[in-house]
Amino acid sequence: MTTLSNLTHLDWLESEAIHILREVAGQCSNPVLLFSGGKDSLCLLRLAEKAFRPGRFPFPLLHIDTGHNYDEVIQFRDLRAKELNERLIVRSVEDSMKRGTVVLKTPDEPRNKHQSVTLLEAIAEFEFDCCIGGARRDEEKARAKERIMSFRDEFGQWDPKNQRPELWNLYNAKVHKGENIRAFPISNWTEMDVWQYIEREKLGLPSIYFAHKRPIVRRGGAIVPITPLTPKKDNEVIEEIIVRYRTVGDITCTAPVESVANSVEKIIIETASTTITERGATRLDDQTSDASMEQRKKEGYF
Amino acid sequence: MSQENIQDSLLRFMTCGSVDDGKSTLIGRLLFDTKTILTDTLTQIEKTSKKRGMTAVDLSLITDGLQAEREQGITIDVAYRYFSTGTRKYIIADAPGHEQYTRNMVTAASTAHLAIILIDARKGVLTQTRRHSFLAKLVGIPHIVVAINKMDLIDYDESKYKAICESYKAFAKEIKLSENRTIEFVPMSALNGDMIVDRGESISWYKGPTLLDILEKTTADYAGKDKNFRFPIQFVCRPHASDDHDLHDFRGFMGRVESGSISVGDEITVLPSQYKSKIKLIQLGDTQLKKAISEQSVTILLEDEIDISRGDMIIKSNDSIEPTKNINAMVCWLSETPMASSRTYLIRHTSRESKAKLDKIDFKVNIETLVHESITNLSMNDIAQVTFKLAQPVMADSYQNNRSTGAFIIIDESTYHTVGAGMIA
Repeated sequence: MTTLSNLTHLDWLESEAIHILREVAGQCSNPVLLFSGGKDSLCLLRLAEKAFRPGRFPFPLLHIDTGHNYDEVIQFRDLRAKELNERLIVRSVEDSMKRGTVVLKTPDEPRNKHQSVTLLEAIAEFEFDCCIGGARRDEEKARAKERIMSFRDEFGQWDPKNQRPELWNLYNAKVHKGENIRAFPISNWTEMDVWQYIEREKLGLPSIYFAHKRPIVRRGGAIVPITPLTPKKDNEVIEEIIVRYRTVGDITCTAPVESVANSVEKIIIETASTTITERGATRLDDQTSDASMEQRKKEGYF
Repeated sequence: MSQENIQDSLLRFMTCGSVDDGKSTLIGRLLFDTKTILTDTLTQIEKTSKKRGMTAVDLSLITDGLQAEREQGITIDVAYRYFSTGTRKYIIADAPGHEQYTRNMVTAASTAHLAIILIDARKGVLTQTRRHSFLAKLVGIPHIVVAINKMDLIDYDESKYKAICESYKAFAKEIKLSENRTIEFVPMSALNGDMIVDRGESISWYKGPTLLDILEKTTADYAGKDKNFRFPIQFVCRPHASDDHDLHDFRGFMGRVESGSISVGDEITVLPSQYKSKIKLIQLGDTQLKKAISEQSVTILLEDEIDISRGDMIIKSNDSIEPTKNINAMVCWLSETPMASSRTYLIRHTSRESKAKLDKIDFKVNIETLVHESITNLSMNDIAQVTFKLAQPVMADSYQNNRSTGAFIIIDESTYHTVGAGMIA
């Protein structure tokens, strides 16, 4: 038996997230949890266990697969869903391309932003009224104003001027048919909180989060991994260096960082002393314009 | 003000003021001096500062908002920002000062332990200062820091600073602000970084704590954080379909302890049914707890099989709340569409929902003059004392005694928008 006399900041954040997940379960008739196999969504799964066990989760898991994910991450995704004995739905951007609803400008265009189309198609197919996601307000300035329960219209659009006021811990997840709520239980977590939680809960992660040797080229200040999807350009020289990923996503737009941190403990030390933000270091697609994320969210991105 | 069962590792605060008071610079300074701003963000800010023809890095750009806001030159909404010291984690609710200030301020205040009220040292106590202080009081923020900024522009003049403090104190007395509330004053220059995180060298006559010193030692409590146990049921777990035989009779009542604490063996009453039982088990994930404390999300199992559903509330048997279908409350109207007094609305109180109809409006508070006025209808940003009749009873405490069971939101039945926020008298 355990008695707490005081909550740590992780206890408090965990408790808030559990409360939010249970509000989704209590208020929504057909929610779904977006699960990519990445660190933030792995935290969400642990929080869902704490919120609903010994019962089953009152929602399935959904991954929008760009077809450009690392095998390690996909295998880890499937393993985790199986261990939890929860239903995993996978919908793929490549199927949307076959249907003609996603049209790439060029064959090698990053597919991250096209996930929005496939997500909206999945929402329509299953009639989900709420998608639970692992976004955090510290990630990006368009997220800093995000509600914990964020309203999207029938086109999946986020209208920053038309958000519902959110007071105390009284959330309003009511929607009409076709409309949708995006619920973000770890809104108030920072990258550091996530790593500390992973350490405390001893959560397993896909291996690419830890230091490993990888062939890369240096392109415009960024480290670009060399894969069949991201070949080297003619004048570039391939190096083999020790890297890890701070975020995992579409191979074509996620960059690793140079690091020898091969354990959660070492990653925490590194995170405490890093000088570059998570997205700044690793997302090759957010830097195109000052407002990339804001724009994508308006188009239905999570 | 140390109290049992108050979490102390996380402090939520809000900043009240307009851009002109240096609010964005203050937040930028806090984030910068606590080393929260990383190189790539700083590089971007430097670039933007240059682009706008400034000679020094403009820290206020750290809180620069959305494209939609920059295009229209307005701030739309409350933004949340984060930093940590060795001592605790902080969540800042940054509420815009101009547009829809009441709505945004009330929203930001609803989760804040502390409010920083910014005063421009050149201007002293203004109408907006009074308004911000009144709203902080209305929403029950227990700690107020009056930040007298731009001291550099009045040559760090101690007597002018003291005069502003005196004039604020007189006003605070007038609205009884210091009842159950701490009020502290700090002279500062957000621009130069004096008395925010570092003391600086310009205000040597001031011997009190810096802003961060105050934040570090403030108790993370809410006004009226009641010690009485309140446990609204959010979700009932009945995994009877599972293959596991032991779970066949499992009934877990899931929720968050909104106030007080509960231990295994305690006698409890379920409201509104008035069924009584005893706490058999308290669980958090795989862990069995002896006791659950305020702000902790847990699963409770009872000795007896009784029918409980979402929206019910568990309290201790030696305590009582009279379920009521009439609530008298201070309401802040949040929607651009005025209240239609003949319509039915929905109210959400804890995890409970009920249809509600306006019974009467007692008065509106003019937040410029704080005078009570009579009105027939509520428009956006109005604050008024009203009475609602409810279809379902709620288990309410007064907001003064309990922030969680004293608050509710009003939802439009047809658009489902959140149109109002209420604090029960």
